[in-house]
Amino acid sequence: MSGPIKAKHQRLILVLIALAAMTGAGLLAAWALRNQASYFYLPTQIANDPPEVGRAVRLGGMVEAGSLKKGADGVTLSFIVGDDKSRVPVQFKGIAPDLFKEGSGVVAEGRILPDGTFLADNLLAKHDEKYVPREMKDMTEAQARRKVKETR
Amino acid sequence: MIANFGLAALWFAAALAILQMVAAGLSIRRDNPVLAGLVRPAAIVQGLLAAAAFGALIALFWRTDLSVKLVAMNSHSAKPLLYKIAGTWGNHEGSMLLWVTIMGLAGAFVALVERRLTERAMLATLGAQAFVSIGFYAFLLVASNPFERLNPAPPEGLGLNPLLQDPGLAFHPPTLYFGYVGLSIAFSFAVGALITREVSPLFARTMRPWVLGAWIFLTLGITAGSYWAYYELGWGGWWFWDPVENASLMPWLAATALLHSVSVLASRNALRAWTVMLGVVAFSMSMIGTFLVRSGILTSVHAFAVDPTRGTFILVLLAIYIGGALLLFALRAATVTEGQRFTVTSREGALVCNNVMLTATLGIVLIGTLYPLLAEAMGNKVSVGPPYFNPMSAMFVLPMLVVMGVGPLLRWRRDKLVRIGRRLIAPAFFSAGGMIFMLVKGASALPALGMMVAAGLLVASLMPLSGRRLRMVTLPLWGMVLAHFGVAVALFGMAADSAFTKERLIAARIGQTTDVGPWKVELQTIMPVAGPNWTALEGALAATYQGDHTVILRTQSRSFWAPFQQTNESALHTRWNGQLYVVLGDQVEGGRWQLRLWWKPFVTLIWLGGVLIALGGLLALTGRVASDLRRLVAVNMIAYRRKRQGR
Repeated sequence: MSGPIKAKHQRLILVLIALAAMTGAGLLAAWALRNQASYFYLPTQIANDPPEVGRAVRLGGMVEAGSLKKGADGVTLSFIVGDDKSRVPVQFKGIAPDLFKEGSGVVAEGRILPDGTFLADNLLAKHDEKYVPREMKDMTEAQARRKVKETR
Repeated sequence: MIANFGLAALWFAAALAILQMVAAGLSIRRDNPVLAGLVRPAAIVQGLLAAAAFGALIALFWRTDLSVKLVAMNSHSAKPLLYKIAGTWGNHEGSMLLWVTIMGLAGAFVALVERRLTERAMLATLGAQAFVSIGFYAFLLVASNPFERLNPAPPEGLGLNPLLQDPGLAFHPPTLYFGYVGLSIAFSFAVGALITREVSPLFARTMRPWVLGAWIFLTLGITAGSYWAYYELGWGGWWFWDPVENASLMPWLAATALLHSVSVLASRNALRAWTVMLGVVAFSMSMIGTFLVRSGILTSVHAFAVDPTRGTFILVLLAIYIGGALLLFALRAATVTEGQRFTVTSREGALVCNNVMLTATLGIVLIGTLYPLLAEAMGNKVSVGPPYFNPMSAMFVLPMLVVMGVGPLLRWRRDKLVRIGRRLIAPAFFSAGGMIFMLVKGASALPALGMMVAAGLLVASLMPLSGRRLRMVTLPLWGMVLAHFGVAVALFGMAADSAFTKERLIAARIGQTTDVGPWKVELQTIMPVAGPNWTALEGALAATYQGDHTVILRTQSRSFWAPFQQTNESALHTRWNGQLYVVLGDQVEGGRWQLRLWWKPFVTLIWLGGVLIALGGLLALTGRVASDLRRLVAVNMIAYRRKRQGR
């Protein structure tokens, strides 16, 4: 396209280009979010309706007491994340966050392996009393409510 | 005493902001020299009072005055002095006070020095600035009073989150805030121009240095924040697409677009309505960012306290300011006459492309950041991460960067690609070289594309200088070249880091050697050490680069006691071609220690690029201000001579 565009239409064309780009970006974003957003699962949900093997998801639950084992290489952890109904075995290779321990909450980022184990790339545990992963906030409250019920 | 003084100063500042807005509003409607004369002094005194209130808060933190609730909640007498002072803004109330202080000072500065616009447009601008300030004063005084007292005073404070006890805290938040809030000036100029219907190249030239200034601070703040997260969190990453990071990226994207469109308006009198729109959008993004960070919707180290009333308050402010400005824009946009025309292959055409792509990227980031919140509101828990953000933003950013290599070579108004074709041969050659190198090395698609664009840009960004006598090149042009070169450098670092990072995770005995990339690393000792408010285990590692020379790195696993928390202090060794990154983990059976090591080739270029971009902005700003001053002096001289001749 050379030569000045027909005088009257330039502004209209610019507006249309901008609108098209924005709509395009919006549609692309919507499409990508449908496909790629990593969803948050509770152990029960993994048991009832597991995500496809290999898809990136987050798993949140409590680290079951007595389930934490360290591998011979010193850097592999295996433990069980559960809620009151289901249990999911988890494997993690790395340095666990400081406040990661048995009996406390954790959110694991990773994927399900064909044998049903959850392979975690990353563990999000409480950083300090002020920082809780967003998905874990409700869960620990629920846990607390249950605790209260149990002790009553 | 100091607390009372601070609170009083804050109330007076708020009252002056109201006076400033009312006086400006009335005198725009009907000429009123008395009222109009009040506006500038009110803006200046208001800024000084806000600064005094902030100074009072710093003094309270310095002395650890525990009768003040904020100090008691966030400080501790055993904390090092630097963190006592920096801790002033390491909490919600203090950071909001810093926000209004910068806003007040920026308004005062404009009132003091800005004489180019018509008085009416100035009044409208200062009125708009006061209007925005009032909302944030109200937010401080009603919903987050930093000077609230405790009676009786507790014996000791609760302390500061150890992750924040780092020199980064002294630098990163204030810098970012200067950028965030500096954009309020662009917002006020835009609103002022809409009210007075004076959207002109003069308006753009007046606004440009303020946008540049804010943008420089934003660039530095984001760069510093990224490096801080990189070494402090011990995860070895430099960008996490954390909502809080996105909150700082979004205003930057909008400000970058604004910076380029304001140039078109200033020199070519085109893109008039669009520039005004971006002025509104840029500060709106700052406010949305603040809302995301401060409302407690997100939980992160940045969300200091979860208080729903505050979230609602900020949401209402957002609705008033963004909604109001957009409504004003909708009402007035039709009266903004169309600017000068241009063809697709022209400097303007390239800048339009830049603007559209930046805005689209902004949209991508905004949607990705807000979507989890919307989904959660509908009872669906979703997290959006790098698998979404990386390819989606690259899709718009990489083509934009290609245009960035070509655009500065084009002439204004109309040009032909044939004319500049020869100057594109070298960049194309380098691009191809970069691509082939990455393919041979087996890198994945995104880093390979990134390296291809980066390699071409490293050359193309310098092309505007070719064929010119370097001594004659103006400062703004140097600035542009340097900033674009910085983008290429940063992109090079990103591509190299994501393609070639080597990671090693082991449990090592004392004396054991492991290798990561070209390094051999030996764990020498683990020793206990103590700091002012922490104790730590310190691992000493001897690292040898390609059997050449050996360096000692010390990494700590620290335990703070107020509040109780552990942090991993990473150890870094920087070479020209990359960084060795070491983190010490826990002790495991057999007397072994967990170690995580990374070799990150050229990772430092990411932040070096960020600094170059900011430096480019600084050069451009210096050049613009200097030429404005020269023009001002010349105008005054002419006026003076005329006066003498007239006699």
